Amino acid sequence: MSLSSSWSRIVAVMIKEVIQMRRDRLTFAMIIGVPIIQLVLFGYAINTDPKQLRTAAVVADHGPAGRAIITALQLSNFFEIKPGAPTEAQAREMLQRGDVSFIITVPTDFERKLMRGERPQLLIEADATDPAASSSGVGALQTIVQTALAEQATGPLAKLASGKPPVDIVVHNLYNPEGITAYNIVPGLLGTILTMTTILMTALAITREVERGTMENLMAMPARPLEVMIGKIVPYIGFGFAQVAVILVCAKLLFHVPMDGPMSVLLSVTLLFIAANVTLGYTFSTLARTQMQAMQMTFFFFLPSILLSGFMFPFRGMPGWAQVIGEAIPLTHFLRCVRAVMLKGAGFAEIAPNAWPMALFWLVVAGVALVRYRRTLD
Amino acid sequence: MTDEPIIAISELTKRYNGGAVVDHVDLTVRRGEIVGFLGPNGSGKTTTIRMICGLLKPDEGSGTCLGYDIRTDADHIKLEVGYMTQRFSLYEDLTIAENLDFVARLYALKPRAKFVADTLARLGLTDRRNQLAGTLSGGWKQRLALAASVMHQPKLLLLDEPTAGVDPKVRREFWDEIHELAANGLTVLVSTHYMDEAERCHRIVYIAYGKVVARGTVAEVIAQSGLHTVVVTGGDEAAIVHRLKGLPGVEQIAPFGNTLHVVGLDRALLRASVDQAIAGTGAQAADDATILEDVFIRLMDTAPDNFAAGAKQ
Repeated sequence: MSLSSSWSRIVAVMIKEVIQMRRDRLTFAMIIGVPIIQLVLFGYAINTDPKQLRTAAVVADHGPAGRAIITALQLSNFFEIKPGAPTEAQAREMLQRGDVSFIITVPTDFERKLMRGERPQLLIEADATDPAASSSGVGALQTIVQTALAEQATGPLAKLASGKPPVDIVVHNLYNPEGITAYNIVPGLLGTILTMTTILMTALAITREVERGTMENLMAMPARPLEVMIGKIVPYIGFGFAQVAVILVCAKLLFHVPMDGPMSVLLSVTLLFIAANVTLGYTFSTLARTQMQAMQMTFFFFLPSILLSGFMFPFRGMPGWAQVIGEAIPLTHFLRCVRAVMLKGAGFAEIAPNAWPMALFWLVVAGVALVRYRRTLD
Repeated sequence: MTDEPIIAISELTKRYNGGAVVDHVDLTVRRGEIVGFLGPNGSGKTTTIRMICGLLKPDEGSGTCLGYDIRTDADHIKLEVGYMTQRFSLYEDLTIAENLDFVARLYALKPRAKFVADTLARLGLTDRRNQLAGTLSGGWKQRLALAASVMHQPKLLLLDEPTAGVDPKVRREFWDEIHELAANGLTVLVSTHYMDEAERCHRIVYIAYGKVVARGTVAEVIAQSGLHTVVVTGGDEAAIVHRLKGLPGVEQIAPFGNTLHVVGLDRALLRASVDQAIAGTGAQAADDATILEDVFIRLMDTAPDNFAAGAKQ
């Protein structure tokens, strides 16, 4: 033995670490499995080009040019024109609820003015709560309209083929007219930060007791699973709200994010979201055997939450199957609710379609936790 | 329910990976008794205790604890049993008073403050009530855990190696406390592998490899073992040990300070072998009472190792 044989000691520690890593099957599986799952999932899912953007068409002039524009949009694969012929008011409602992201209005006398070369207006209203998604949509829309009209430029419309653009495309960015990214990101961060912290903290709740040996004592005392669960969850809901307060104050003071809707709606939906998350964290902690595993589960859930929820990338840009996964994530619905309330002034009625999936998620994970909570040490 | 046993289990069995860790154990404990649960490490003591208080489901067998079925009435059992785990299982990052307060709330004790204050006073920890439990010494931790497990005045106290790793003085005080509790009507089942503690029990049950191999009072267990002891004093100990090994009738040789305990089943044969071994060494030999530890070792050595085949605990 000599002090200089440090190589032997380094090897000793390395071998021990590798053996321990191999023994911990879940960790080992995650080292191999997680990158594969995530590469496949996100590599295919994330696509910053918008696709199938939901659009309402308000058509007041049924001439061939207007029809050509709508058909071209429909065929482009960028837009999905909602069936039916909504009125202007109905279309606005759809935009506020988030059913559509764009309204395209073909005004009366569109065809006649076009024939006369008067450059009629074509109105595009975009939901700019997510400026990145809406501006790329608007860009695509303008190109498609030009192309569609160019194809129509035969016969009596031949003169449209040259010179100035035949129509005056007017774009209204609603809800966030200046396209300020912070208006979208800050409410999004509210959800993301809450997801991270609340899940992680409760995920450690039970595993910590198991690791420290206090679980056996807790189980030997007359505490029922539901009692333990509620007792463990409620303080973290309070903690979550402390974070909400901090984030909202910063959103207002530092980023000047508007707060158009009622605070009561925002707080209610936030309560639902935090409750769903802390319960999920608790469920993780009943599934995991160690704190390490609980943390790994949390991260495994966190990544799709950020990437597939519409926080970082436009939700509509993802393929259908990825949207299905996204719909199962509470953050997806929370983001829609928060943006709707803060930027669009939505109330309870408008956010209901996105509130019930969160409630459903909550019930499901709470059920799993109650089933999984081990009443015995078996 | 005066005559009804506090614990009555029969044929209790628990298997892990196919091997029986607890193998058809019968156990009866009467009111006010202190029963010592003895056995080597990994013999199934903890598993049995956990099954009695509803923390583990038995694979076979049945039983009652305080009149409640151990399979179906765990909730009732938990209310009336105090259980002290082998490892300190109160919260190290809570203070002494906070831990007691937590336990008092779980059992819905009223008035809570009085229960906590009385317990602190009895422990003599009132002055240190705001000290973190994790900073207590091993002995104090055990005393605190004991106090917490009897605060709700249980009818049965289950102690799983409560004095592992604490010094003799604390152990003695701990046992004085247990006897005091038993005198007030509490029934105690305590697992241990300290022989002096076993001798403080009214009755002992010896379990090896999941099976009960001896039971009764200490004297009964020693008598049942059929062991005889010869104590050898003086002479060259190492040489005598060497010579004794393999001689007929010699089962165990154990040095105790300056003496050797030589143990065997046949008294005459044992004595003859010892005399032969010490001849010419100047050592003295004398018959003596067999002590529990020799019985303990003997039971451990002779029990069939039904764990060896494959499964470990």
